[in-house]
Amino acid sequence: MTLPGWKELPEGAVVREPGNTVTISTGEWRVFKPVIIDEKCTRCRLCWIYCPDGTIIEVDDPNAPLGKRYEVDYEHCKGCGICWKECPVNAIEWVPEER
Amino acid sequence: MVKMVRKALTTNYAVAHAAKDSDVDVIAAYPITPSTPAAEKLAEYVANGELDAEYVHVESEHSAASALVGASAVGARAFTVTASQGLIYMSEVLYIASGLRLPIVLGVASRALSAPLSIWGDMHDIAPLRDAGLIIYFVSSAQEAYDSVIQAFKVAEDPRVHLPAIVDYDGFIMSHVTEPVDVIDREDVLKYIPKKVTWNTLNPKQPISIGTVGDPDYYYEFKYQQQVAMENAVKVAEEADKEFEKMFGRGYGLIEEYRMDDAEVAMIAYGAHAGTARVAVDKAREEGIKVGLIKLRLWRPFPTEHLMKALENVSVVGVLDRAMALGAPRQGPVVKDVISMYASDPSKAPKVASYALAIGQRDVKIEDLVAVAKQLDEFAKGKEIPNKTICIGLRE
Amino acid sequence: MALKEVGPMEPIRTHMQIPREELIAPGHSACQGCGHFIIVRHLLKAAGPNTIVVNPTGCLEVVTTVFPYSSWKVPWIHVAFENGGSVASGVEAAIKSLQKKGILPKDERINVVVFAGDGGTVDIGFQSLSGMFERRHKVVYVLLDNEAYMNTGIQRSGSTPYGAWTTTTPVGKRWKGEWRVRKDMMQIAVAHHVPYAATINPAYPVDMYNKMVKALKAEGPAFLHAYSPCPTGWRFDPSLTVEVARMAVLTGYWVLYEYDHGNYKVTVPVLKRKPVREFVKMQGRFRHMTEEQIKKLQEIIDEQVEHINKLVGKTVIGPVVEEQKK
Repeated sequence: MTLPGWKELPEGAVVREPGNTVTISTGEWRVFKPVIIDEKCTRCRLCWIYCPDGTIIEVDDPNAPLGKRYEVDYEHCKGCGICWKECPVNAIEWVPEER
Repeated sequence: MVKMVRKALTTNYAVAHAAKDSDVDVIAAYPITPSTPAAEKLAEYVANGELDAEYVHVESEHSAASALVGASAVGARAFTVTASQGLIYMSEVLYIASGLRLPIVLGVASRALSAPLSIWGDMHDIAPLRDAGLIIYFVSSAQEAYDSVIQAFKVAEDPRVHLPAIVDYDGFIMSHVTEPVDVIDREDVLKYIPKKVTWNTLNPKQPISIGTVGDPDYYYEFKYQQQVAMENAVKVAEEADKEFEKMFGRGYGLIEEYRMDDAEVAMIAYGAHAGTARVAVDKAREEGIKVGLIKLRLWRPFPTEHLMKALENVSVVGVLDRAMALGAPRQGPVVKDVISMYASDPSKAPKVASYALAIGQRDVKIEDLVAVAKQLDEFAKGKEIPNKTICIGLRE
Repeated sequence: MALKEVGPMEPIRTHMQIPREELIAPGHSACQGCGHFIIVRHLLKAAGPNTIVVNPTGCLEVVTTVFPYSSWKVPWIHVAFENGGSVASGVEAAIKSLQKKGILPKDERINVVVFAGDGGTVDIGFQSLSGMFERRHKVVYVLLDNEAYMNTGIQRSGSTPYGAWTTTTPVGKRWKGEWRVRKDMMQIAVAHHVPYAATINPAYPVDMYNKMVKALKAEGPAFLHAYSPCPTGWRFDPSLTVEVARMAVLTGYWVLYEYDHGNYKVTVPVLKRKPVREFVKMQGRFRHMTEEQIKKLQEIIDEQVEHINKLVGKTVIGPVVEEQKK
């Protein structure tokens, strides 16, 4: 990969694409992954609240109970396990990653 | 012609006046001798409504520079004054301001550095900042200081530059001495430096990140960008000076030559002592010595080509430095630049004599500099130049 | 009926009302389970997009902004380590000046928020923060306290608790971890007459969120002392970040209280405190501690609790009650 030369780089090392770390995958960090068992999920939202990386996604779904469900952004989830620990109804399983 | 009002001002007050006339938006200042009266005057302007700016009463010079960086990063025209320990304390942030490419402007009433403690004037404070990526003007009169602050904003804010700038003047000898200064109407000043933000700013409507990490893949390119901006600043400073002269009738050049036309030897001086050197040149000329003077006005970026051209026909040049670079082959900060100008082709170089003077505001008399002129003449006639700095006015 | 999500700077009754919009993107290189990001995510939700972030040097800065990347969806600036308070002062002063002159829209509110670590706050940035408080800049200063210099690899700071191992308070023949009592930053903030100061903890999201809103609405400088567990530096499994944070509250190690325009209030009363041992045993940094050291730490916590009870004028944090073993 050729990196841009000094003429092409923005002045003062500013980053003009806010939030572009989203293009970096951190999913490879995981040894275990959280798997949400939708049938057990009470939509209490605590996994979404506590996830440091914002990788629990709240999805509107008119067919789901209370109109929403939760998904894991596996591209970015680092596998810390906070959601799994904090889920009050054990609706998140902690599954070893197989690659 | 634009309207001017003649006022009696110290250089401190002239610098504060220039900041007022530049309609600065944010001032963050901390008192330090000998720049304090400028900080007081700015406060007075804000206090009585002559200047519509936020005055941040910072708790240190480090915070003064930091607050200016923050202010400039929002798009404000930001200004401070300082000296000596204060400038050194700021220096960490000034390097960063340059790297972030923010056009803050500072007035510096140059003063010695401790220890021993000295509140008196010399250039030990500004000397170490020569590599920080700052535009540095040396000025020799209150009028030049006033004009240079306004020019400094012009150069610093130019899109080809975007670097911080310092207008450096002598502590006490200039900072506290009253001279006549023709001040320009603010409206006219703002025609010369309109408020136009071209640098990177923090704006919620267009969020950017300023001050990122430059890893080995990138750091080098960003440092080189600063160097290019510095190189551009030579031309931009020259243009700014010419435009200033056109609008306001006063121009200085990047260097000022005095009786250089037929000079065989020359002195390079900067700051207040350029005035003393000018008188000394006249006296030495009366005694038949063909000596000329170059007043260095822009130290960073260094006006290499201008200086080389001015020294073309000179066989010996004496550089009158105002700070000591301890342990270096020559003690002066400027003499090293003069020597290195010729590094790629020494055959073009005049012989260079290095002088230290006015250290800790040790008095320098006209006769001292007449003696320098005579000595340069002897060097030109074959006397050996000492392979070290010659200390003027030092007791053995 | 489900409660609707609130807009920026509005208080909430339940965590269901916290806005969904994320203003910090994933993909950054923070450690797994980093406490900072739970706090930062919610602060940005509370503040909304009209916010400028000042971020002095530290983990948060380094992991989010390695060129050409940035996780920040709001304008963000980093200058150095020790000047979060003064850079924010300049940002706020510039906004004020440019709004007065009509260069920035006059009635548009722009929040200025500092995220700084404990090193950048209680140690090297102490002076610039003091100046910012004293000059009444309208800035929300968030201290993300992980109780040591984690970015440089776990060195002790003025916020490192008694007994904690760090790489500069190692456990050896003579030293047994940190032996001094940490600074009380809340009281230092209050001594500057700030209108609002509060402790927050990610295990108590509603309390945390509402304090963020109060801080953002304050008419002058506001201080939020955020407890931010660090799995890497404290030596615990990253899945336990919230549990460790919660245990800090349940043991009285971390009292959730606020100082709101002269009034103290404990916002999460703990009537029966767990012994601090419960908190200590979760973390490898305390593993070496002797019974005597744990007793000393308990005394330090008891003193702190007593002090806060005195401030609020009643016993809101109760005595230690050992759980009966069954």
